[in-house]
Amino acid sequence: MIAIRNLHKRLGGKSVLAGVNLEIGRGETVVVVGPSGTGKSVLLKHVLGLIQPDSGSIVVDGEEIVGRREHELNRVRRKFGMLFQGAALFDSMTVGENVSLALFEHSDLDRDQIERRVRERLEWVGLKDVENVKPASLSGGMRKRVGLARAIAMDPQIILYDEPTTGLDPIMADVIDQLIRGLQQRMGVTSIAVTHDMHSAFKIGDRIAMLLGGTIVFNGTPEEMRNTREPVVRQFMEGTSEGPIQPV
Amino acid sequence: MEETTVLTMGVRFVRFKLGDAIAEIGRVTLMYRDMLRSVAGKLPAMRLIVDQMNTIGVGSLGLVIIVSLFTGGVAAVQAAYQFENVVPLRFLGAVILRSVIIELGPVLTALVVGGRVGASIAAELGTMKVTEQIDALRAMGINPIRFLIVPRVLAATLMLPIITIFSDAIAILGGFAVAVLTIGVSAGTYTNSLKDFFYTKDLFSGLFKAFAFGNIIGTMGCFYGFATEGGAEGVGRATTRAVVSSCVLVLIVDYVLANVLFEIIFAKS
Repeated sequence: MIAIRNLHKRLGGKSVLAGVNLEIGRGETVVVVGPSGTGKSVLLKHVLGLIQPDSGSIVVDGEEIVGRREHELNRVRRKFGMLFQGAALFDSMTVGENVSLALFEHSDLDRDQIERRVRERLEWVGLKDVENVKPASLSGGMRKRVGLARAIAMDPQIILYDEPTTGLDPIMADVIDQLIRGLQQRMGVTSIAVTHDMHSAFKIGDRIAMLLGGTIVFNGTPEEMRNTREPVVRQFMEGTSEGPIQPV
Repeated sequence: MEETTVLTMGVRFVRFKLGDAIAEIGRVTLMYRDMLRSVAGKLPAMRLIVDQMNTIGVGSLGLVIIVSLFTGGVAAVQAAYQFENVVPLRFLGAVILRSVIIELGPVLTALVVGGRVGASIAAELGTMKVTEQIDALRAMGINPIRFLIVPRVLAATLMLPIITIFSDAIAILGGFAVAVLTIGVSAGTYTNSLKDFFYTKDLFSGLFKAFAFGNIIGTMGCFYGFATEGGAEGVGRATTRAVVSSCVLVLIVDYVLANVLFEIIFAKS
């Protein structure tokens, strides 16, 4: 479904991605983990074409997206839903308007059908009667859920999650993890999540890849990851400051 | 030795600033190109434009009324003082009328609205940029230039002439009140003077300027808002830049248009 090959990107004179290779199969959920500041979010934004790489290739559903113009990318982007780290809700709009925006812009549904869809997707993420509320008055967990409802409003084939559980308490983080898992089963979507929360990665991932120093240093099932002897992976999983990874 | 260093630093600074300014002009031009491309075939929803017209136009009216009322009043006091024993006071209305509709109305409205609207556009778009809301729009396949920039620039461009008409009328009224109540010019003299010296070309040039100023205010607000980098500090910087650049550009363009309109277009009429 998605094939990332030899992706390079320098930002601010620093090499962030230095030859990333990663394949994500249809219906599969791959979690990219790694320390903060290793370029996980940058990688995710490349997949949507929000950032163009210096070199390399990204093929989505058989279509190369590197080097494409914005209007061509907009067509490809309709296959995606993305949950941003801070939810990135439009704060001048209500929750309902946030979730329905893409539907009004891109679908042929009428107002009633859109309203029904918005209600349904908000219910899927466990929210009711919040359509007319402004995002500013919601808690962090609720904002993430609205962001998730917005990401799935257009029935995407691929969902990208940028740090879905960061900044949430452990119980709310579990709620979000369960929701992600539930959506994968309900919608059969392909997903890429980036996180530094190993707990969450083990819960939602079919496969876990670790990004370090601009490349993928580990790629395997959660089980393989638990049993690996790779020192960098072990250090990251165990969360110790002693080891080959030097905290910055 | 020290003088050379200071001189070299000065030259370097000017060269750096000049290069910066040229790069900035280039980036604004590119944004303009993207704006035109983004609306080719599909204008943004009318609702978005009307919303912005309301925020920019109706929202600025209160402030513009106060500024215009006092501008007219001050113009009357100043003109009366300068006319003393030189020009008869029956020309007071004419001087206020012409200075307001050609110059004071459009420029002061642009400076006041530029401060208010330019800052709010830059702050809003800047915050959207740093909180990834603009990326979220792009992720949804929605062109942020068509969705955010075009309605704002269009609304500012269309609304500024309309606010300027209000501003002109209120300034002339302010001048009237001061002339009649404190200077002792009769109401009839003032209004006759207005009638005798009203030229359509004055009004047209004033409104044409307002149109250009509106475009500058909208464009600068959006440009610096979209160029915001780095959190709250970046938003503050973008806001200041938007206001300063639109005020400076309004004055520069005012000078250029004054020349073009009165030295070339209306030179013979």
